[in-house]
Amino acid sequence: MAIADMNRGIPQLPERRFKLPVIIALMYTALLVVAPLLAITWGALSSGIYATLREITSPDALHALKLTLILALAASALNALLGLVTAWVLVRHDFPGRAFLNALVDLPFAISPVIAGLMLILLFGRQGWLKALPDALGIQMVFAWPGMLLATVFVSLPFVVREVMPVLRHLGTEQEEVAYTLGATYWQTFWNVTLPAIRWGFLYGISLTFARALGEFGAVLVVSGGVSGMTETATLFIFRSMDDRNYAAAYSMALVLALASFCALILIELTKGKIRRRG
Amino acid sequence: MSTSVARLEKRVLSEAGRPWGTWGLRGTAAAYLGVMIALPVAAVVHAGFEEGLRRFWGSVTEPVALAALRLTLMTAGITTLINSVMGTLAAYVLVRHEFPGRRILNALIDLPFAIPTLVTGVMLVVLYGPQGPVGSWFVAHGVEIVFARPGIVLALLMVTYPFVVRSVQPVLLAMELDQEEAAYTLGASRWTAFWKVLFPAIFPAIVTGALLTFGRAIGEFGSIVIVSGNIPGRTQTAPVHVFGLIESDNTMGASAMSVLLLSLSFVLVLVVDWRQKRKELRDGNR
Repeated sequence: MAIADMNRGIPQLPERRFKLPVIIALMYTALLVVAPLLAITWGALSSGIYATLREITSPDALHALKLTLILALAASALNALLGLVTAWVLVRHDFPGRAFLNALVDLPFAISPVIAGLMLILLFGRQGWLKALPDALGIQMVFAWPGMLLATVFVSLPFVVREVMPVLRHLGTEQEEVAYTLGATYWQTFWNVTLPAIRWGFLYGISLTFARALGEFGAVLVVSGGVSGMTETATLFIFRSMDDRNYAAAYSMALVLALASFCALILIELTKGKIRRRG
Repeated sequence: MSTSVARLEKRVLSEAGRPWGTWGLRGTAAAYLGVMIALPVAAVVHAGFEEGLRRFWGSVTEPVALAALRLTLMTAGITTLINSVMGTLAAYVLVRHEFPGRRILNALIDLPFAIPTLVTGVMLVVLYGPQGPVGSWFVAHGVEIVFARPGIVLALLMVTYPFVVRSVQPVLLAMELDQEEAAYTLGASRWTAFWKVLFPAIFPAIVTGALLTFGRAIGEFGSIVIVSGNIPGRTQTAPVHVFGLIESDNTMGASAMSVLLLSLSFVLVLVVDWRQKRKELRDGNR
């Protein structure tokens, strides 16, 4: 009783009230995140849900959605596979140049998407150093979907590497050593011991990659050359529709992408919870 | 001693059981990062300096380029300042206050990272554009938001909101309550406890978040190209200017400007990296 008396007047932590800081934080978030979300919903649905549906099922819109989905899936697959190898090498191997490779990984996040697109044009374009590569394969790189795929891979590259690395490091090598001792091969050990242990971190990285790939705009815009219906992704569709003052189409597609990223975010949060529980 | 044993063990392990794998894996990783990242960066640096240092300097000091650079640095600076304060506040509220809707607030803060930045731009045009519900009121009162500078800052604020919050939040979560409680017991107000006890401890995290915010803000394109109206010299930021140069087939100019922006981003990445390493060292010694 006496102790309770002494404690009176000392703020309890955490505090259970709408105090001024709470109100400011809520209002700021409402202004910055909630209001724009409500606005795009209102903007897209203001002329009726059927009008919205008509806009997003037009041939151009459907084509753009399809291309976006394909590019995002392909970029996620490439970055999942190569990102896993890279994370493995950066954590488990020790060789000269490792620190340099490690430093390279973060760069795509620091580089403006427009510059990323420019880089790819310079590398694979008319007088590019690697122009021979697509030529040899008989594909067109710049102003076509292979270039857009590379652009998407570039901007979403760090996610898998950066999410898998800490999980691998945390896992350590003990269980793998036990497996080797028991006579398991390198591949068996990876498949039965390592991969199950890191799968949630790996999936988390992939879902971040996918979400980022769905919404990529700047790099893809520069590389695509913008031929409508041919090399147009969902974001490029929105951009062109805004330019053409076809606001109904732009807002409808923007709402679709916003909803898609909302779903991706829920998926991301769920996998994050799994990582926390399973370590 | 123990680290050298660990290293030896690692080497033994890496030599055994990896007949073909070692160099195949390393080669794959090196080729992936080399072709995807190192070569593109090298290509743009080469293109920027291809026609000599004088041309490089000439194209980045053109009046339009300088205005774009100045606008980018200014809007990124304002954004960093506002979001450092508001992000710290949001992180503090999320960790130290309990209120209905706290978990929803926590989830909402990640949304700007999930939503495509182009869609962010469209959202702001709908809300604050001349025909929008809020924008029409502002226009009637003589304030232009969209297709003007306030729109750029607003877009940047939204796009970079999570950085400071997500950088400060874990530090606050890891902090023990005893020092704050001691401050309260000694009669400190919440404000004094925050300023004297919490703030010095979370300041490094705020700086890291601010650097990330600034880095993201100087490169932002998707939301700004929609919101700014793209008026050269007035509302054209550096990345939008680079896009204009690419469109008009001025590869050298675009590359020169890119090299300048890249160097700035590299310095920011290096500083963030260095601070992270220093922190890990300090935490390890504890």
